Amino acid sequence: MISDLASFFATYEENWASWWPQLLPAIWVTIKLTAASFLLALAIGFLLALGKLSRNRLLRAFATGYVELARGIPALAILFILYFGLLPVGIVLDAFVAGFIGLGMSGGGYFAEVFRAGILAVHKGQREAAASVGMTPFTSFRWIILPQAMRVILPPMMNLFISLLKDTSLCSLITAPELMLRAKDLAMMSFLPMHLFVLAGALYFLLAWPMSLLARHFERRMRRGYRAG
Amino acid sequence: MAALLRVDDLYKDFAGLKVLKGVSMTLERGHKTAIIGPSGCGKSTLLRCINYMETPTAGHIHLDGELFGETQNGGKYQRMSEKQLARQRSQVGMVFQGFYLWPHLNARDNVAIAPMKVRGMEKRAAYELADAMLEKVHMSHKRDEFPERLSGGQQQRVAIARALAQQPKLMLFDEPTSALDPELVGEVLKVIQELAAEGISMVLVTHEVRFARQVADHVIFLGDGVVVEEGAPDQVIGAPKHERLRSFLKQILEH
Amino acid sequence: MDVILGKIATLGPPLLLGAVTTVTITLVSLIIAIILGLTLALIQRARITWLNWIIAAYIELFRNTPVLAQLFIIYFGLPYLGYKIPSFLAAVIGLGLNGGAVLAEVFRAGIAAIHVGQREASLSVGMTPWMAMRYIILPQTWRMTLPPTGNYAIALFKDTAVVSAIAAPEIMFYARTLVASTFETAFIYLLVALIYFVLAFPMARLVDRLERQQRAWL
Repeated sequence: MISDLASFFATYEENWASWWPQLLPAIWVTIKLTAASFLLALAIGFLLALGKLSRNRLLRAFATGYVELARGIPALAILFILYFGLLPVGIVLDAFVAGFIGLGMSGGGYFAEVFRAGILAVHKGQREAAASVGMTPFTSFRWIILPQAMRVILPPMMNLFISLLKDTSLCSLITAPELMLRAKDLAMMSFLPMHLFVLAGALYFLLAWPMSLLARHFERRMRRGYRAG
Repeated sequence: MAALLRVDDLYKDFAGLKVLKGVSMTLERGHKTAIIGPSGCGKSTLLRCINYMETPTAGHIHLDGELFGETQNGGKYQRMSEKQLARQRSQVGMVFQGFYLWPHLNARDNVAIAPMKVRGMEKRAAYELADAMLEKVHMSHKRDEFPERLSGGQQQRVAIARALAQQPKLMLFDEPTSALDPELVGEVLKVIQELAAEGISMVLVTHEVRFARQVADHVIFLGDGVVVEEGAPDQVIGAPKHERLRSFLKQILEH
Repeated sequence: MDVILGKIATLGPPLLLGAVTTVTITLVSLIIAIILGLTLALIQRARITWLNWIIAAYIELFRNTPVLAQLFIIYFGLPYLGYKIPSFLAAVIGLGLNGGAVLAEVFRAGIAAIHVGQREASLSVGMTPWMAMRYIILPQTWRMTLPPTGNYAIALFKDTAVVSAIAAPEIMFYARTLVASTFETAFIYLLVALIYFVLAFPMARLVDRLERQQRAWL
């Protein structure tokens, strides 16, 4: 048992020199994919939240419809539509581009709800107080509402980031050259699937875990803040 | 025959904070003892130790001549198993300051569930018992309501019925009216008074000194974890000997 | 129009067959996740230090790695150690273990949210700690955790799409084989999205209603 474990880890040592140069750039792609899809999700979510809170019925209906669709359709289906489904129409997207757009669209629907809840959590009196000192709606939103909403939004925002980081692994299924795809390629070439998928899992964990701890820290701080207030 | 309840030299520490410092008391069958004292004097802790809701740091409890919450092996005492403890606790009813009715059960089920699950009573018999107990606290008309639809006073009366349904040898009341709006206190005190008149044995922790005087046949004034003064209500409340008790009563009765 | 109907007539049945598997995988994994999550939450209550460390490690590991990596380890990795697991089984084990970690947190928080007085009142009427859990705490926890569990079920339903990567014969897997034989890429994947949506939408509505009801109840 112990010797099995030792030989299991010895295999890593033997192959490290050939694996690592291939995995490192793939980790970079994973990080870039995460960052790009996160920013897109924030932008889409922000606009959708404003749409849901808007007085314009058309905007509201569009935002609501978008959120419902995103809630019911798997990210993988969106990725496949973007990457494979647009080919017949003559739109050829790079796997990376299709990946971050698909994940961003999917995450945006989720984030719209988070954002809306955050804005609604700020008491109406705050807006009225801001108006009473002569702030325009935009100034009041930027300096009064948004900073307070951030307290509610920050923890789920970080959780969204972690979800997206994990979901970038789906992009391997549309051949984006990220961590999971590299791990799979190497697993097939070396016939060491256990080693490579455990290694890939460990690498994802190293990226995601610090973020989880941070998210939990903020969650606790937020709850404390409420109790004091 | 042994006293119904005997508390011997009870101590209770919470993480180094000494809350009870050697309290003893006895209660005969059918008698009512009221425990009064300033907040933080340990009166609720004493009550909660009696049915082992808190485990005493030292000292022993006897209920009806039987060692409570512990088993004795030679000279050594040991906390009993949860199962044994549950059996003993079913002989003691407790009414909490915060009511703690179970919000997922209606009034009748709140009262009937312990007879069914603890004593294995059949559903019909348990409901008959529950209805009789709700009648006793004048809550029959609300038996199908869920706790959230009841006022604080009504909730506390159902909680009393729940404790009575155990057909306990002893009832413990832990500041039963402290969480109530002033206009709802009366209905709960009335029920407790009726139970007292029936001859149910009880220990009552309260800050309603006038009520304690009416209902109890014995009053204990607890100060800083020890019994400062005790005796007949007219004597303890009417003619207090200790300065601390006098200033406590003055403060309370002025309101 | 006729062309579209014709396509639906040929492509629909295999996709719906896949949908049956998708729903089956969702339900089986959900049951595993609920049982596992509840068991872990209850064990955590016992406050046995070393056991809680193991559970915490399990939860952290599964929550901070992609489910695809977990599925690959089970489906491709375990045969390397001599355990060959069919794809359906690998799928429900992977998703079930993953969900157990999610729901353990949900149930733990749900149990912790119930006032300690509820338990004390149960003990005072002579219930054992287990009876208090069974008759008083858990029924309330269940009601409180129903909306988050429902949301998790929807997420799980969508996550089943990834098990196509280990060749479990669900919607996405059938879609990929159909694409390979018919080249109707756009049409098939849009149809797939539609099927997922039609199945998920009622569930989402139900969860929303539960959430609103619960807010009224609190």
